Amino acid sequence: MENIEKAIREVAEKLLSEKKVNLIIGYERGTLPLRTTPCFVDKVEDIQKLVWNASCDVNLSKYVVDRKEKVGVIAKGCDARLIAVCAIENQFPRENVIIIGVPCLGVIDRKKIEAELGDKEVLEATVEDEKIKVKGEGFELVLPKNDFLCDSCLTCKHRNPPIYDVFVGEKVPEITEVNEFAEVSSLEAKSAEERWEHFREELSKCIRCYACRNVCPLCYCKICFVDQTMPMWFGKTNDLSDTMIYHIVRAFHVAGRCTDCGACSRACPMDINLRELMKKIEKIMKERYDYEAGINLEEIPPLGGFKMEDSQEFIK
Amino acid sequence: MKNAEKGWEPKILAFLCNWCSYAGADLAGISRIQYPPNIRVVRVPCSGRVDPYYIIKALQHGWDGVLVSGCHPGDCHYISGNLVARRRFAVLKDLLEYIGIEPGRVNFSWVSAAEGEKFANVVTDVVKGVKALGPAKRLVKR
Repeated sequence: MENIEKAIREVAEKLLSEKKVNLIIGYERGTLPLRTTPCFVDKVEDIQKLVWNASCDVNLSKYVVDRKEKVGVIAKGCDARLIAVCAIENQFPRENVIIIGVPCLGVIDRKKIEAELGDKEVLEATVEDEKIKVKGEGFELVLPKNDFLCDSCLTCKHRNPPIYDVFVGEKVPEITEVNEFAEVSSLEAKSAEERWEHFREELSKCIRCYACRNVCPLCYCKICFVDQTMPMWFGKTNDLSDTMIYHIVRAFHVAGRCTDCGACSRACPMDINLRELMKKIEKIMKERYDYEAGINLEEIPPLGGFKMEDSQEFIK
Repeated sequence: MKNAEKGWEPKILAFLCNWCSYAGADLAGISRIQYPPNIRVVRVPCSGRVDPYYIIKALQHGWDGVLVSGCHPGDCHYISGNLVARRRFAVLKDLLEYIGIEPGRVNFSWVSAAEGEKFANVVTDVVKGVKALGPAKRLVKR
């Protein structure tokens, strides 16, 4: 970890001082334990602010879209893939962005730690390889890191960024033995009735705060369909029908683009398991069109094209 | 409620493409082929014109079923509108069924201008399927 942090700073310094980029987007220490916040470095003397650790969970590709100047951005596997997706969609010229690829062993899910500790508040925390040491008033615990990783990291198939300009550190082995769609498959095995009940219950928690949309690098539309009033497609209420439709349509909009970075689930204040929807979309794309988002810059995304021999078993 | 459901007839919204399915429906009409009168037709230039929003919004407004029909692959007046639509519909249908919308609610078909008989069969089929499901309840905004 420390080596990677050092290497990131070296690369960032080089890029900035050689004027290859005007800005480096990375992470800096947050004000709370186990937190980092996005950090924008445009001066060489600020380079030391950059950090790298297992709590670097923010998806920095969000900050690349719409940027006019040349930037270098620190990207984990999922982030790099999302940068690639946005580049395919012409959200910025690919040459404007230097992807500093970083191998990732998963990021920590703070909600899981909070659930484990209950009322106890973490005041200090350090992460060392496989252990998370947390300290607070009257307690000190060592937690195994692997039990507190984000769900999307547990089934991640691209821990090394598939697309990058500079690679920092050494490549880590990919997870191969895990079935990333296990959760989706178990839902699919249920009846339509049970699935409806499940999603009704899960999505009725939604308060329409739009955190999932605002944190998503793919939701870059100038006017989102739920904010539109002329025509007003769907209601803005938290009526169950409106809420469910918001989530269905959002899932549809990220079809063939979502890389399961998990940002939406992490951002959700109501703890809705949005991955159940996002993963399904990924599965459809993989099964029907053999497509994985953000792996290949040349390939046309599935919903942007067609093949004569596409499956049509559902058409009468 | 029981009595209302007894005499209940489903209302089905049908998006028919101008060049094939609409003409197919026309042919069914002039050939005097009988089919259930449960569909309400919206003529669209191409099945590719049918935004998934239309289908979802129809469900929200309480339509018991939706049918989208276009030209056979390769016959599209605009060359590839129906092929692009096909991918969109596949994803939408998979997603809606995953959420728990009954498979018979949202239907797609290819009907050419010469297939009056097929059009009647498709409508009969869809109406039968929707009748078996009963009135739409899921996703309907009250």
